[in-house]
Amino acid sequence: MKIDLARFRETFFEEAAEHVATLEQGLLGLERPDADPDLLNSIFRAAHSIKGGSGTFGLEQVASFSHVLENVLDRMREGTVQPTRARIDLLLRSTDVLKGLLVSARSGEAAPAELEQVLADLQREQASGADPAAASAAGGEGASEHAAPPQATNAPQLRRIHFRPASDVLLSGLDPILVLRDLASLGEIREVTCDTSRLPSLTALDPEVCHLAWTVVLSSDACEAAIRDVFAFVEDGADIQVSVAAGASAAASTARGPAVNERATPKPTADATAPAAGPAFRRRASDVEASSSIRVSIDKVDRLVNLVGELVIAHSMVADVVSHFTLDKLDRLQAAVSLMGRNTREMQERVMGVRMMPIGSLFGRFPRMVRELSGALGKDIQPEMSGEETELDKAVVERIGDPLTHLVRNAVDHGIDDVETRRAHGKPEQGVIRLAACTQGGSVIIEVADDGRGLDKERIHRKAVERGLARADEVLTDEQLYALILQPAFSTADKVTDLSGRGVGLDVVKRNVEALNGSISITTTPGRGTSFRIKLPLTLAILDGQVLLVGEELFVLPLVSIVESLRPKRAHVKQVFGDGEVVMVRGDTLPLIRAHRLLGVPTEVIDPCEGLTVIVEHEGRRVALLVDDLRGQQQVVIKGLDVNYRRVEGVLGATVMGDGRVAFILDVAGLIRMTDPDAVEARRALAHARAETSYAPAAAAA
Amino acid sequence: MARTALIVDDSISMRQMVAFTLKEAGFSVIEGENGQDALTRADGQKIDLVITDLNMPVMDGITLIRELRGKPAFKFTPILMLTTESQDTKKQAGKSAGASGWIVKPFDPGKLLAVIGKVLP
Repeated sequence: MKIDLARFRETFFEEAAEHVATLEQGLLGLERPDADPDLLNSIFRAAHSIKGGSGTFGLEQVASFSHVLENVLDRMREGTVQPTRARIDLLLRSTDVLKGLLVSARSGEAAPAELEQVLADLQREQASGADPAAASAAGGEGASEHAAPPQATNAPQLRRIHFRPASDVLLSGLDPILVLRDLASLGEIREVTCDTSRLPSLTALDPEVCHLAWTVVLSSDACEAAIRDVFAFVEDGADIQVSVAAGASAAASTARGPAVNERATPKPTADATAPAAGPAFRRRASDVEASSSIRVSIDKVDRLVNLVGELVIAHSMVADVVSHFTLDKLDRLQAAVSLMGRNTREMQERVMGVRMMPIGSLFGRFPRMVRELSGALGKDIQPEMSGEETELDKAVVERIGDPLTHLVRNAVDHGIDDVETRRAHGKPEQGVIRLAACTQGGSVIIEVADDGRGLDKERIHRKAVERGLARADEVLTDEQLYALILQPAFSTADKVTDLSGRGVGLDVVKRNVEALNGSISITTTPGRGTSFRIKLPLTLAILDGQVLLVGEELFVLPLVSIVESLRPKRAHVKQVFGDGEVVMVRGDTLPLIRAHRLLGVPTEVIDPCEGLTVIVEHEGRRVALLVDDLRGQQQVVIKGLDVNYRRVEGVLGATVMGDGRVAFILDVAGLIRMTDPDAVEARRALAHARAETSYAPAAAAA
Repeated sequence: MARTALIVDDSISMRQMVAFTLKEAGFSVIEGENGQDALTRADGQKIDLVITDLNMPVMDGITLIRELRGKPAFKFTPILMLTTESQDTKKQAGKSAGASGWIVKPFDPGKLLAVIGKVLP
């Protein structure tokens, strides 16, 4: 049978990635004083599984590397060697190489450059202290006894084979007759005699015990080892003798039996067909592309299938009522529709859930990073994690990785002091960085906290003044003050270290979080530590929106970008050069954007003092957006414009409101860019797009 | 009537590969992701062949083999262990737990079926 194994390789790669993560996390965990004694076993199992799978799926390089790795781990598991820091370092480097080898096997990229060095180090580790013979034997252990096809000798030989299986052979699921058949596949059986001498009388017979023995005369060109191999499963407790039969050669014994087939070639055993599977391992382009797949647990799929079932039932209830509808059935119709509504909502949530993945997959990278960074800085830091099972949209998980990395680096570098300073402050020498995630309503909260020195308010204020972010006499609330460190180009580190402070500040984190419609806040206690709290939407497909009314049209603003809304006093609205307008808000001068004008919507509310101005913020820049009125806040499902229409500057997407109307979701960053006098073209495109997609008659536009 | 095989491995890819091969060979297949899971799924089923990995979380293959062999329904059922360890210790442990034989990884479908042929008529 020819089976293409390539189809299983994608699953293997996904699995292998999980095993590599287990390896890495396990190795890091070994250094903890409270390490689980079973940890080494699970580390070993991970390496072992990669080895087994890669061998089976034809990934030679991965297989041979993981084999050496497994041997080293095995010695550690047996207690022959201890998991010292140096060994763990080497094993972590090996994990990296293994990761690289898997990538290269999947994508066809070159093998990682460190492969040879790490492999050499591993082999040295494998051989060190071990009996050299054992080490080399271990190296050859991968070769299986079934791998070698029976060696053919030139001429068929006649052999007499005596076989008395163990009396309990049947109780291990084996049937001696199959062994005899297997023997027959090696050549030609000339004679079989069954020894029944030990068979008891029927009354004394225990049918579960084997009382028989056989003597077979076999003509075969297979070597003795191949013949003995047939008995591999039954040899325990068995009496097996193989001897060359009198007459020595099969040809010489022709007189005894029917015409001998001189060619007497053994039927090829399955082993002989093994090399034929080789071409099946050849890479296909589709293998690589499939990496953008999602693995969904069977449970999730099952629940969806159940829901579909319920939805079908709910629908048939509605259909039933409607088909013979009379007014007195209104109650039933309402009940049926409401059931259907419930099912639909649950279905929506579940379908979203399919895209969800646990944030633990992301957290996994941090222990390693913290270990290496803190080592380089002479600090002792223990990462602690909780809420790894918290689920987030796959896209969000992928894009929050960099901001989190930045925050963790920042905590290692600036948050936590070195051992001496901590000791001097009477704190435990080991610092702690805590990563926590939890779900709160429709959002996920991720917290990166350290027990370090906390933020220095005075220094932040001084720096902010230096950078022109605040005035010297300005009194700021703590919250406002801390928010300053998230401003572009703000860095409190006095010296540039290797880790952070290379001009890339926390403002990048803020920008990335906001790009995901999230927000970030800081709390700190001097001497006790700092905590960054990131709030993210569960999914990018749904947004907390504020519905706005302009003329007869509805628009949506992401709630996170709204600072406040107010109705300015007439004295606070000022005309500046050209047709520019500004609004004074508590001493700040903010550009006024008239939504009706920008979006080309006719309205009667053109006086800022009659409508409402919504103050929106992006990357520290604020503008006031004049709208007619605010409507409710609600979650909206974002539909991309670029797919269904085209990309429009200033618009995040569109959504369908409850009454069927399409509303634009405004992109605050884009709106702010449009205040630039040069953005004429973008403004025109936006108004045009609005008119084209509007329900309202565009011709009425003033 | 189609024969039924119980395949136990914590690796999905390995399980898929073995399951696929056996289905092609006319078996119907029950899959378990560890020993404990396999025991639950095998309960009350008529099973003609068991193929199990040894290194698994929750319940390992050796324990599974011992548990199965202790059940009257599995007294004579061929049980093959999947092993990368050709060292005698693991094989011996499996054998004394009641395994019929072993399949050494890496293997391909042809080899798998050949070994099955040694224990199943």
